[in-house]
Amino acid sequence: MPVKVGIAGLGGLGSNVAVMLVRSGFTDLVLADFDTVAESNLNRQAYFRKHIGMKKTDACAEILKMIDPDAEPETRDVRLNEENISGVFGGCSIVCEALDGAEAKAMLVNTLLSEMPGTYVVSGSGISGWDLPEGIKTRHVFKRLFVCGDGISDTGDMHAPRVTVCAGHQANLILRLIYGMEDEKIE
Amino acid sequence: MRANGKEIMVREGTTLHEFLVSAGYDTSRVAVELNGSVSPKKTYKEVMLKDTDHIEIVSFVGGG
Repeated sequence: MPVKVGIAGLGGLGSNVAVMLVRSGFTDLVLADFDTVAESNLNRQAYFRKHIGMKKTDACAEILKMIDPDAEPETRDVRLNEENISGVFGGCSIVCEALDGAEAKAMLVNTLLSEMPGTYVVSGSGISGWDLPEGIKTRHVFKRLFVCGDGISDTGDMHAPRVTVCAGHQANLILRLIYGMEDEKIE
Repeated sequence: MRANGKEIMVREGTTLHEFLVSAGYDTSRVAVELNGSVSPKKTYKEVMLKDTDHIEIVSFVGGG
């Protein structure tokens, strides 16, 4: 079965993960977000000034098609909750958790791991501030859960460098899963 | 009981919820894997921990 990857949240983590996956030649994506692009997003998210006011799902899909015109990402303009998550990401064998709030992250991860047996989750947690990025790591914490980030720095004060480092960790791990480079650990 | 790789004492009959709160976790921000299976949040107050359990806890912080 071909691999499909879901991206939950198209902010600093999700929009940059999507761009890196498409640049790497992987385009079978489901993009989920309810929000629109704001000027304050431009310090770290993949969008351009012309996207302000546009749905993040549409703006992100447009950017991906600028990189690869053959990319046909599926878009879901929806606020994720316990009831709709398994439907939104149905058929995805990997989901990138890239939401903003800690409670929302926990809700998404719990719902995916409980309701979608076989789906791997690659979460981002701890990306704020200006600390040296060595603390941002990829950790294999549960059988089907990887967490990237420093695990400590909380919301607010987010900037492109560390956010992009963490997005790179997530995109790299997703590609390792797609191409079987994590098989020894997850079997 | 083994929790996040460390051997700790747990009183027989302690629920998962009681353990998480006493260890300082905000239960709305965590995910828990108990003996290799994810514990759904709605079971936290029912699950009784045992000395032989292996528990992994992830606590999320905000920002995305």
